[in-house]
Amino acid sequence: MYLNQFLLLSAALFAIGVYGVLARRNGVLVLMSIELILNAVNINLVSFAAFRDSISGEVFALFVIAVAAAEVGVGLAMILLLYRNRRNIDLTEIDLMKG
Amino acid sequence: MSVYGEMAGLDPLTGGEVVVAQNIAFGLIAVIMLFSALRMVTTRNVVHAALYLVIVLAGSAAIFILLGAEFVGVTQVLVYIGAIVVLFLFGIMLTRGALGVDEEEKGEQRLMSCLVAGLLAIVTAGALINTFSDAELTRSSPSTTATVGDSIFSQFIIPFEAISVLLLAALIGAIVVARKD
Amino acid sequence: MMTELFIFAESASQSGLPLGITSGGAWLLRNAWLIPLIPALSFLGILFFGKRMPRKGAELGIAAVGIAFVLAVLTGLAWLDHRDNYHGEETHLAVVTVEHHGEISHDEHHDDSHDEHAASGHSESGHHAAHSSLAVSNTVTWFQTNGVDISVGVLVDGLSVMMLFVVTLVSLLVHIYSTDYVGGDRRYTHYFAFLSLFSASMLTLVISENTLQLLVAWELVGVCSFALIGHWWEEKPNSDAALKAFLTNRVGDMGLLVGVTILFFAVGSVLPDTFGSFSIAATNTVANNGLLSHTALLVAATCLMAAVMSKSGQFFLHTWLPDAMAGPTPVSALIHAATMVVAGVFMIARLYGVFFEGLSIGGSSINLMALVGGITTLVGASLAFVQRDIKKVLAYSTISQLGYMVLALGVGAWTAAVFHLFTHAFFKACLFLGSGSVAHAVHSFDMKSDMGGMRKAMPHTYRTFIIGSIALAGLPPLAGFWSKDEILAGTGGWGLFGGTGGNGSYTLMLVMGMITAALTAAYMTRCVYLTFFGEFRGHGDVHESGPRIVVPLWILAGLAIVAGLFNLPKGFQLVPDSFQERFGHYVEPVAGYFPTISHATPSWSLAIISTLVVIGGASAAWWYYFVKVEAASKASGKSLTELPNGPTTTYPLAKIIHNILDKKYYLDHLYTGIIAGGTKGPLARMAYRFNQQVIDGTVDRVGETAVKSGQFVYDKIDQLVVDGAVNTSGRLSSEAGGELRKIQSGKVQSYAAILFAAATVLAGILIVIV
Repeated sequence: MYLNQFLLLSAALFAIGVYGVLARRNGVLVLMSIELILNAVNINLVSFAAFRDSISGEVFALFVIAVAAAEVGVGLAMILLLYRNRRNIDLTEIDLMKG
Repeated sequence: MSVYGEMAGLDPLTGGEVVVAQNIAFGLIAVIMLFSALRMVTTRNVVHAALYLVIVLAGSAAIFILLGAEFVGVTQVLVYIGAIVVLFLFGIMLTRGALGVDEEEKGEQRLMSCLVAGLLAIVTAGALINTFSDAELTRSSPSTTATVGDSIFSQFIIPFEAISVLLLAALIGAIVVARKD
Repeated sequence: MMTELFIFAESASQSGLPLGITSGGAWLLRNAWLIPLIPALSFLGILFFGKRMPRKGAELGIAAVGIAFVLAVLTGLAWLDHRDNYHGEETHLAVVTVEHHGEISHDEHHDDSHDEHAASGHSESGHHAAHSSLAVSNTVTWFQTNGVDISVGVLVDGLSVMMLFVVTLVSLLVHIYSTDYVGGDRRYTHYFAFLSLFSASMLTLVISENTLQLLVAWELVGVCSFALIGHWWEEKPNSDAALKAFLTNRVGDMGLLVGVTILFFAVGSVLPDTFGSFSIAATNTVANNGLLSHTALLVAATCLMAAVMSKSGQFFLHTWLPDAMAGPTPVSALIHAATMVVAGVFMIARLYGVFFEGLSIGGSSINLMALVGGITTLVGASLAFVQRDIKKVLAYSTISQLGYMVLALGVGAWTAAVFHLFTHAFFKACLFLGSGSVAHAVHSFDMKSDMGGMRKAMPHTYRTFIIGSIALAGLPPLAGFWSKDEILAGTGGWGLFGGTGGNGSYTLMLVMGMITAALTAAYMTRCVYLTFFGEFRGHGDVHESGPRIVVPLWILAGLAIVAGLFNLPKGFQLVPDSFQERFGHYVEPVAGYFPTISHATPSWSLAIISTLVVIGGASAAWWYYFVKVEAASKASGKSLTELPNGPTTTYPLAKIIHNILDKKYYLDHLYTGIIAGGTKGPLARMAYRFNQQVIDGTVDRVGETAVKSGQFVYDKIDQLVVDGAVNTSGRLSSEAGGELRKIQSGKVQSYAAILFAAATVLAGILIVIV
């Protein structure tokens, strides 16, 4: 197996994730797309760990999973709060920072 | 060279059936993952999106195992599919107004996103092909859970502690943000 | 229980660097960690059981700090014995020899039995070395990561013993005082819990063995300060003040974090078998021996100075300290006068090797630290003049005195600075508690509207306040005189009668110190007059505070009288030699981790001149308040606080100066209006605000002056030139803002798209180029 097949898969997933973050208006879907991005990063880390025959990449993949769990927790809490306050989780409607 | 090739006693240079099988497996998994990921970001049904996400996550767990990182693969299944996706489903249920159907996206926004994502994909793919076009995976044996554990609790103890504190902070933060008062 | 950093070897053929510390010594010195442990336990006790106790937890806090105080005194006595009579072994530090051009060389003299990478250290044989000044260090491994031992422990020397004594004593008195002062408060128990936590953190800070431990304790005292400033957080100004203190300190804490990190790796680069070390003794030792590059030390020292500037209220991060007076007065006395705010000074004193080398203090005539201290001391003293609030007078006075200490450290007068810290703690705590006593009686801090004539009603408070004021002003023989005079002598700038030695010729700092001495005497005279003389301007029946307030006042006043005698100058002919420089002898380290500094010779002429300056400053204020204002009051029949047609109403220049002082040099405007406002709004808004507040503000001020000078100048310069410039720049920034605001859509996803696209394009450029 070549390293690149994994890296390219990861790059494709990353790009799809970025598309999801930018295009979707539902807050929950944006969070899910962020998970996709994090997963792409994980695949990258683990493939390089296999490539360099080192364990560090795997350890960091585990850390990324932990951080993702934390991020989802806080992110969903924020979206819940948003929903309670505005009855709506459309991100394009939230433009209080408009200059 | 394959991960399991040597273990199976096959000549790593000539490959053998395991390598072929691995490549086939990889191809299948990759196609399924890419399809599901695309569906996930394009489907208008939020619940379907979550289920597609499950497929992508399961696919990457399979990729991890293919790469010989069994512990990461198992964690992926346990934490991601077991916990995070359930969390997402809860999130969807608690916030959805119209049943599971997301509103129409604006064409302008979709076009812009397509451009950015496409540019990103081209740049990354170009860089990868340039740099790693003939790099082969040379790992001789899969990593064991024991080595991962050793590594976490010796070399990476400080990141580990930091992550623990981060999880705690996120836990408290999520409760504070989401509670009704 | 030494860590692996310090390598012992049995042969005496080759020597590592002597650290000046030992792992031996008396039991109390090795176990000084018990002292912070007791208040820490009391914090938990009060938190969990305080509300159910008969006195709501106060008794637990007082008992804990009392025990800590007794232990601190015993530790101090043990140190006195240790300093003169200890004959144990000294610890040596194994280092990699670094040549001047930075290459790591294997020492030529090594024989093969030695480690190739290290000049192994060893302990000298006990019989021929009598190390009677070794600091006692006792560490345990906190955690271990990647071959680096992170230890936690105590480093006990004269400095930490002195700090232990000061912190526990002032804390104990403040605890007792507080039972009366905040008695019946709605968060009485929490108040005492935080006092305990503060004591524990501050005590941990002063015995810290390594910079990481120091950092942790540093943050903890910051948290306590935040919580106690905002003790009455229901009122908006109080919670604002707490936030301001916390956020300002965060700015400096970044500097501390960066500085500590730089030092960690810098020290690690010269130690064998490790890539970093937090040990204070090791850091100072390698810095003193010129093993670290000057640049690294300079950068580290500058970063650490940022931390000092925020924690110790140095110009220009001092603005939080006056606002911190929103907290209860005993808290101001303990945290914002005697102990926490001197943490910055303590940190400089602790890492003096780094600062001394990094800022090139020896043989210079100006450096960053001395300059910051000098400016601070002048700014603080001048601002103390225009305050109505008695606590703010004392707060600015504290800033000014902290500036004095930093100035002293900046000119290399280490002992003088630390001695000033010691004496200042007593008389400033006395003054703060005294002001609290007055405020407790009149229910206000406003000197002009609610005080006056308090000397008859509150004789004890009056007397202790006078003693504290004289000590602060620096009249002999009270405490402030001795420490202030040592600082002035230590500048080495007194060349009139042959110089006083010291580490350089800091004449500018001497002048700044002199001016401050005069200003200090003057503003304290004003403060005393407004509070205790004239007629009572407030309402209600005023009477002396109870014994729980008065007794701590008298104890502190007593110390304010005698504390100066602990360090009579060397060569002071009136007392025998054995009474001279006792403080310096026991507190100043003579050890590998302390730089070689030269000591100034005290000078009779300087002492007399500085005393005359103080008397001059006091007399001027006395003439204004006690003679002129008093006479005007008699004439008008009511108690005045200033002359009805005084200089500020008569002379435009005096009015302008008064205005600038009144607005605190416009620093708060600078921070909130420009820096904070600018970062939270978009670019255009920042430009707009800059335009509004600074340029328009400047124009307004110019305009006011111009009106005074004449209509002609106003018409020509202000209207045509300046206003024209303002209008043009305003129009330009408004147009620029109009264009820029289009991308400021407020939509998260369009921001994210810009971010991703920009990152991708940059990555693409990088790939093409590389």
